[in-house]
Amino acid sequence: MAKYILKRIFYLFLTLFIIATLTFFLMKLLPGTPFSNQNRMSPDQLKIVKAQYGLDQSVFVQYVRYMGGLLQGNLGTSFQFNNEPVTTLIGQRLAPSMQIGAQAMILGTVLGILLGAVAAIRKNTWVDTLATFISILGLSIPSFVLAVLLQFYLAYKWHIYPVALWDNFQSSVLPTLALAALPLGNVARFMRTEMVDVMSSDYIELAKSKGNSAWKVVTKHALRNSLIPIVTIIGPMAVSVMTGSMVVENIFSIPGIGEQFVKSITTNDYPTIMGLTIFYSFLLVVIILIVDILYGFIDPRIRLGNGGKE
Amino acid sequence: MDKILEVKDLHVNFATYNGTVQAIRGVSFDLNAGETLAIVGESGSGKSITVRSILQLLAKNADIAKGSILYHGDDLLQKSEKEMDDIRGNKISMIFQDPMTSLDPTMPIGKQVAEPLLIHNNVSKKDAMARAEEVLRLVGIPNPEARMKDYPHQFSGGQRQRIVIAIAIVDYPEILIADEPTTALDVTVQAQIIDLLRELQQKIGTSIIFITHDLGVVAGIADRVAVMYAGKFVEYGSVNDIFYNPQHPYTWGLLDSMPTLETSENNRLNSIPGTPPNLLNPPKGDAFAPRNKYAMEIDEEEQPPYFKVSKNHYAATWLLHPNAPKVDPPASIKKRFEKFKELGGSVK
Repeated sequence: MAKYILKRIFYLFLTLFIIATLTFFLMKLLPGTPFSNQNRMSPDQLKIVKAQYGLDQSVFVQYVRYMGGLLQGNLGTSFQFNNEPVTTLIGQRLAPSMQIGAQAMILGTVLGILLGAVAAIRKNTWVDTLATFISILGLSIPSFVLAVLLQFYLAYKWHIYPVALWDNFQSSVLPTLALAALPLGNVARFMRTEMVDVMSSDYIELAKSKGNSAWKVVTKHALRNSLIPIVTIIGPMAVSVMTGSMVVENIFSIPGIGEQFVKSITTNDYPTIMGLTIFYSFLLVVIILIVDILYGFIDPRIRLGNGGKE
Repeated sequence: MDKILEVKDLHVNFATYNGTVQAIRGVSFDLNAGETLAIVGESGSGKSITVRSILQLLAKNADIAKGSILYHGDDLLQKSEKEMDDIRGNKISMIFQDPMTSLDPTMPIGKQVAEPLLIHNNVSKKDAMARAEEVLRLVGIPNPEARMKDYPHQFSGGQRQRIVIAIAIVDYPEILIADEPTTALDVTVQAQIIDLLRELQQKIGTSIIFITHDLGVVAGIADRVAVMYAGKFVEYGSVNDIFYNPQHPYTWGLLDSMPTLETSENNRLNSIPGTPPNLLNPPKGDAFAPRNKYAMEIDEEEQPPYFKVSKNHYAATWLLHPNAPKVDPPASIKKRFEKFKELGGSVK
């Protein structure tokens, strides 16, 4: 197992290196320069500024310099945000996005699993229809529509939660709900399909023949076996939800990272684009690694390096 | 002998999109303590449904329309789901057909074997595990103490079937239902499993209902045999009655299609022509008539009753009616009649 994880970590860095390289050259193809006031600068001034940021060098030299800095953990300084180091910038903006994202993931996944399981057990009844309806709603309503609806009822009309604020847990409830709908719908749909399959399998029949009650058949045998494919979809979903939804963050005035990413692209803020891309990629590959390791815990057949037969 | 189970006039229907399938059309049998009853028949004849009805492990669209299943005189069909849970895996347990898919892939086998004990008896986890280990040794899993924590995928097919058997017998059931337990295994392992079941039966004194489509397997394990066709028993009797004094043309067909030592490379195996009837609209007369070269006019009109051949041996064929013409059974069946005489039986 340890050898396997080491190997995976090596590949993780290789993946990051490739992503960083591709992003760097693609980014250089973006039109425009980071200097929005360049029209007012004389060619000489522009030259000075470019030289200051190292942009006068060839793209390849810039690339080597950047990668050198990256190796030392230096992501450079932002062109736009008060010359702050990119690491500081990400650090400040990340916490709110991660908090809301994590809350939304936990809520969505847990409710999704329950909803899917109930739908599967009560297959072809009104419970199933209702659960399917809810999960399709969760999947198809855009998060910004849901966000606005939540704001309108829970904040504006009934004054239960603040409309748009970022200070305590209270203020994180609405954005969490808005973001939880998608993972909920997704997980519920997958869970139902998988659980229906599992419930008709031979080992569930054997579990019944042992004298297990219907409840115990589900909790002791069906749930765990149904979770295996859920783990697969949770990984990438967690990354997309946790790295922040720009729209939802905007609606609720959350100083999150999603907004920053978009801004950095429109302003050609190279170091910030690079920093955020590498950070997102890092998060994704790490979560995929965690998911793969998690697999082994849920499904012994995938457990690696234990000398299992077959 | 003690009758522990009596199935009376069981009818099971399945609701499908095309209509009602009459899968079981009046099956009656009883089971004595300690004996082995084999139910043979081709796929779709209703063997599995008959035994699953006993434990009420039927699909949701199944309906037990008629009949009773008396276990020590109590009708199992009248019991609540909770009362049935107390019987399943405790008094009556089941061995399933496919060992590759019958074990929970995510649970260590020790825990799976111990589960019925924990459900039905007030025992500690430790005691249940100790007992599970003992039973795994009994069914022939080598080194069980080291393998309790292993998962099903770490065992071979034959070993997995032994584990499935261990689960079924761990709580010393009175009745063991074996639903084609050897079908998915290769021939050498089949023989081992049959030996194991016989050995276990002697050790724990359980009765066995053994389902198979393989008459060779039946000869090795059964005391009594019931031949099933299209949701009915067509003939039942002792294992000698069925093998050496068969009366129903369907039984003849089954026996005639068994390979024997005399079957040489040049001889083709015999088979019964045609296919079983569609039980959506079961025929008015004898369901076997269309495939039966001995069929008479009455077979098209009326279902044959059970004619008594000898004590405990019955067959549902009009050929046994006093007015029926004498027919000439296949050569291989005549040889069997000869053998029956040698065994001291009297052939009609």
